[in-house]
Amino acid sequence: MTHSNNDAVNRRAFIHGATGVLTGVLGALSPLSAFVPGRAWAVSMDALSTQDAETLMSMIRTIAPHDGLDPAAYAYVAKAIDKEAAASSDAKTRLADGLRSIGADFSIRDEATRVQRLRAVEQTAFFQGVRFKTLLVLYDNPVSWAHFGYEGEAFSKGGYLQRGFNDLHWLPEVPASAAGPNPVG
Amino acid sequence: MPSFSLDDDSVVVIVGSGAGGGTMARELTRRGLKVVLLEAGRRESTETFSQHPGTAFGQLTWLEPRSQSGTWGPAMTQPSLPAWHCRTVGGTTVHWTACSPRLQAYELRARSTYGAVPGASLADWPIDYAELEHWYDAAEKRLNVSGTHGNPAMPANNNFKVMYAGAKKLGYKQVHTSRLAINSRPKDGRGMCIQQGFCVQGCKTGAKWSTLYAEIPQAEATGRLDLRASCIATRIEHGADGRVNAVIYRDESGAEHRQKARFVCVAGNAIETPRLLLMSESARFAKGLANGSDQVGRNYTHHMTGFIWGVFDKPVHSWRGITQSGVIDDENINDPKRGFVGGYHLEVVTLDLPTLPLVGLPYGWGREYASVIDNYRNLAGMLVNGEDMPRSDNRITLSKTVKDGFGNPTAHVNCDEHTNDIALRAHAQAQGKKVYEAVGAKQVLFGPTPPATHQMGTARMSHDPAEGVTNAHGQAHEVPNLFMSDGSVFTTPGAANPTLTIVALVLRQADYIERQLKARAI
Repeated sequence: MTHSNNDAVNRRAFIHGATGVLTGVLGALSPLSAFVPGRAWAVSMDALSTQDAETLMSMIRTIAPHDGLDPAAYAYVAKAIDKEAAASSDAKTRLADGLRSIGADFSIRDEATRVQRLRAVEQTAFFQGVRFKTLLVLYDNPVSWAHFGYEGEAFSKGGYLQRGFNDLHWLPEVPASAAGPNPVG
Repeated sequence: MPSFSLDDDSVVVIVGSGAGGGTMARELTRRGLKVVLLEAGRRESTETFSQHPGTAFGQLTWLEPRSQSGTWGPAMTQPSLPAWHCRTVGGTTVHWTACSPRLQAYELRARSTYGAVPGASLADWPIDYAELEHWYDAAEKRLNVSGTHGNPAMPANNNFKVMYAGAKKLGYKQVHTSRLAINSRPKDGRGMCIQQGFCVQGCKTGAKWSTLYAEIPQAEATGRLDLRASCIATRIEHGADGRVNAVIYRDESGAEHRQKARFVCVAGNAIETPRLLLMSESARFAKGLANGSDQVGRNYTHHMTGFIWGVFDKPVHSWRGITQSGVIDDENINDPKRGFVGGYHLEVVTLDLPTLPLVGLPYGWGREYASVIDNYRNLAGMLVNGEDMPRSDNRITLSKTVKDGFGNPTAHVNCDEHTNDIALRAHAQAQGKKVYEAVGAKQVLFGPTPPATHQMGTARMSHDPAEGVTNAHGQAHEVPNLFMSDGSVFTTPGAANPTLTIVALVLRQADYIERQLKARAI
């Protein structure tokens, strides 16, 4: 009996778990939506299965829950963690074991349960590694910057001298005794 | 740029191109001396500076890991990064926030003023404020410090408006937009500040003073500066007469070279300077070059620091504009009734979004932690900068566990916080909280102590060769043609950000060197 080439590839993938993928659809106002036809995105994993990648995404979102932040921002983190894990089979095994330790059903549990399960592993290198990568990557991409209001580089736009460096008006203006003149006036 | 011969023993070798070394290079070349300036880092420019914080960090920072011990925060939270300083032409003047206060007269007399503090190695500086005043004037003019000598003060940005309003409600009186080495108008061939908010990533208009573009090109213009970038000094050699006569260094390819020297100025900062002296031990200087006092590396101070964040329900947009845009100076006094000696400044600060969770916020995760970042638009921030107590065992030694790429030991930093430091920080953070609550903060957080950005004290000045490494001119007691030209000479740290004092001392030291050369004393 022969198998089609596709079946053989899929069965190898099933055995090795190496073709995990995360998918999503960008929010309509996402800064990336101009570049993504139909706003649908997919991020392939090098080390994690789809199941493990979804657990990881859910873990990252539990570490840093920002309602309304496009999942694409979280996918950046998952991709970075997956890439690091793909560097060696030890790293890959450690990550997979860690994700298994918080439960295969992690992503469908409610927030209180997910927090509780993460607290139980908080002292492990696995948790601390995922937390650190979350802090390193989640807030360092255009999707997050648009969401949190951070405006990024300023030199090419002439700085903030005429773009609101002193536009706060819910407190009194600082008198001349404590500050210098605004050079632009 | 000339290329002086390795065998030219009429050159002066300066190690390090930061506030001390870069300024000294200009001072010596304009006096007619030939200078070889060794800088471990690469030469960047206003064109190559990046306003992506992660990229800039990799580009400018001294990244070689060090080892640590002790009870202070970064020993546990950032074990291989006790200090955040630069490794680049211009040194830490490339990423500094330009904060340029003077030390107070009493801070130069710390031992006499504070008395004997158990567990601290307090001492009076061998120079007093009257001696330094002229040099502070010269340094402020050199750096175009705002609010001094006719330079306008900087305008108030949003982050400072919040500090100012809260501070006035508490009754603080010395609240202003800081003494900053930043051009508020074009001057000395450099641009003016356009309030970008990326001071820490290198100033792309050159408005902020840095030796990279305000001292070194001027030294090069004399035709007497040979700047060797990506060249790290590994040993200083001396002759049988005990005078230094050469500096060994490694270039970018790892090849070793020996540059002869008439005299040497070491300005690697208060971590790398003692490391170099310790690596230069010899039969005559068994504890390290110029270390008969055993004080090389000891008495390391870095200021007591900690972040204070106010979360408001209205926008602040604190990242817009100068990073260190204002200060409360009232607590820069000695008032033991507060529960500690020495004082502190409360300095406005902001952090870009990627850096805030990594460095600025206390440990945490989950919904409450995330809610602070959800409020990024509405955050105001300040950083305590206070006097920490020098301690004999807070010191730089050669690491027993970590080596650099050449197989040399890197620096080991041991730092135990003193109870005075802890009391000072608690007071400062409580005061900062009151400032923000006075204008409606719905939440105030205290961030962790970050890696040290100010390094001082490890080759301290003293009249007594048994108590200090250098004399009142930063000249090594035991080696008359060896000078320290950086913050390692500070006898005690005071509460002032150190750069202005480093420049003042270097201007004075250059004047002293000139007189010594004329008198043929060195």
